[in-house]
Amino acid sequence: MALTRKEVEEIALLARLHLDDDELERIQGDLGAILEHFQTIAAVDTTGIAPLTHAVAIESPLRVDEPQPPLPVELALRGTAKRDGDLIVVPSIIPGGRDE
Amino acid sequence: MSEWWGVAETAKRVRSGEVTAFRVVEDMLVRIARLDRELGAYLELDGDGARAAANELDRQRKAGELLGPLAGVPIALKDNLVTKDVVTTAGSKILAGWNPPYDATVVEKLRAAGAIIVGKTNLDEFGMGSSTERSAFKKTKNPWDLSRVPGGSSGGSAAAVAAGMCAGSLGTDTGGSIRQPAAFSGCVGLKPTYGRVSRWGVIAYASSLDQVGPLARTVEDAALLLQTIAGHDPRDATSLATAVPDFVDLPRDVQGVKIGLPKEYFAGEIEKGVRVALERAKTALRDAGAILVDISLPHTHLALPAYYLVAPAEASSNLARYDGVRYGTRAEATDLLSLYMKTRGAGFGPEVKRRIMLGTYALRSGYYDAYYKKAQQIRALIKRDFDAAWASCDVILTPTTPTTAFRFGAKATPIDMYLADIFTLSCNLAGLPGISVPCGLTSEGLPVGAQLLGKPLDEASLIRVGGAIEDAVGLRDRRPGGFP
Repeated sequence: MALTRKEVEEIALLARLHLDDDELERIQGDLGAILEHFQTIAAVDTTGIAPLTHAVAIESPLRVDEPQPPLPVELALRGTAKRDGDLIVVPSIIPGGRDE
Repeated sequence: MSEWWGVAETAKRVRSGEVTAFRVVEDMLVRIARLDRELGAYLELDGDGARAAANELDRQRKAGELLGPLAGVPIALKDNLVTKDVVTTAGSKILAGWNPPYDATVVEKLRAAGAIIVGKTNLDEFGMGSSTERSAFKKTKNPWDLSRVPGGSSGGSAAAVAAGMCAGSLGTDTGGSIRQPAAFSGCVGLKPTYGRVSRWGVIAYASSLDQVGPLARTVEDAALLLQTIAGHDPRDATSLATAVPDFVDLPRDVQGVKIGLPKEYFAGEIEKGVRVALERAKTALRDAGAILVDISLPHTHLALPAYYLVAPAEASSNLARYDGVRYGTRAEATDLLSLYMKTRGAGFGPEVKRRIMLGTYALRSGYYDAYYKKAQQIRALIKRDFDAAWASCDVILTPTTPTTAFRFGAKATPIDMYLADIFTLSCNLAGLPGISVPCGLTSEGLPVGAQLLGKPLDEASLIRVGGAIEDAVGLRDRRPGGFP
């Protein structure tokens, strides 16, 4: 179940994960070995078996549509690295755009 | 001497006024300062918070106010349970120094019952590991043998309980992360039925599998902690609106209880010392009047691949939130995509990256049916195995782990490490309750755990049968040699 370097790079981009060359190589090998080990599942006949997403049958519960006290803004924002008043500051969304 | 008092004993003595909560907490903090430099169970201590809470309890007692059932009990929390104003990291650099703005529901419930949070314990990063070696911050040693791991991912909690550095602890269990370290470290560890305990404020790993549960030195203490944290929580949409029965004053009588022995768990490679200890547990249960029944769970061998596709897939989605924007560490970058990628590349450790990559691959368009959907179908087959088994037994007995605690660095490849969870994964996939109870020591002096699996919401039977194992072959009064 070998993965190509290009596939690993594509997955890393989908996962928004910067990996250096050593990490890409190691993960390429690891994923190949893990997926190889997991080939046993391919042979299992699962025709007509509904996928089980939760072990307990759960319906989305609805609460009464009344406002609840929110987390105070100061508490909600105290974990952020960069603020401007009650706003979170991030670099430009468009590469090369005006920063902040 | 108060350091070795368990949950029930501490609460009794504090409530009666025999000892102050402050004395209990102070003694515990002194013990932790003395022992934890060597063991490395704690990531963060909250001495000031613990002393303040203890003083408040003592004031309430003097004023004649009613104290809660866990009054003055020093508790350690796995560091993936968020605690207001106490740094919470989930063992990851990406959350280094993060100070949560609220308490998890289980923490609120413990505090309301009078328990005192002394600190936060080490874990494999985000719960992803079986030895606590995958913590970004430190290694935790097994109090029974300092050259061995305490198990994981709740290894810090297990080590703290085993060495008397707390009266009891809470961990989380996604694929065995309470039961496996409990087995390795000679503690009782209980994973409740999925939905029995609120996950609000639990740092998510795999949301359809995660549950919070107790680690303690006795079955009675584990039951007392479960009683406190169980129950419906409107803030967790998967929390079950089911009444919580009495877990504390249960009889330990196992007369006529049918105990299933799944052949798939006893057939494979199991260390001799584990096999011998399990035989002792079986004999003790039979002698006490239980009926042993041979059963089969034919899809057991597929639990490992199913789990290691489902859990990483859910993790890859859950961990998307760590992007450096709202909380956690942030890398320097000139555009937003680079900010995400660099922050995550620098903040996550190797095992977390591996699982995010594996999960992203399994969920990817074109591969979804072959991996993620297939794994969910196998999950359905595993659950059917259990549904069928309950026709012939009340609880299921297995070893918790195929081996005793292994040495640091012994599991070289990811697959080797994943195999350490081989007996605990099915329970999470099927959403069942499970407990690991010590059932003796090997000739090398290492603890062995017996695992009991129960019907959905039947934690009571696990406590009852687990209590019988503890009475016959348990380690209730045994302490690891170096930690008197």
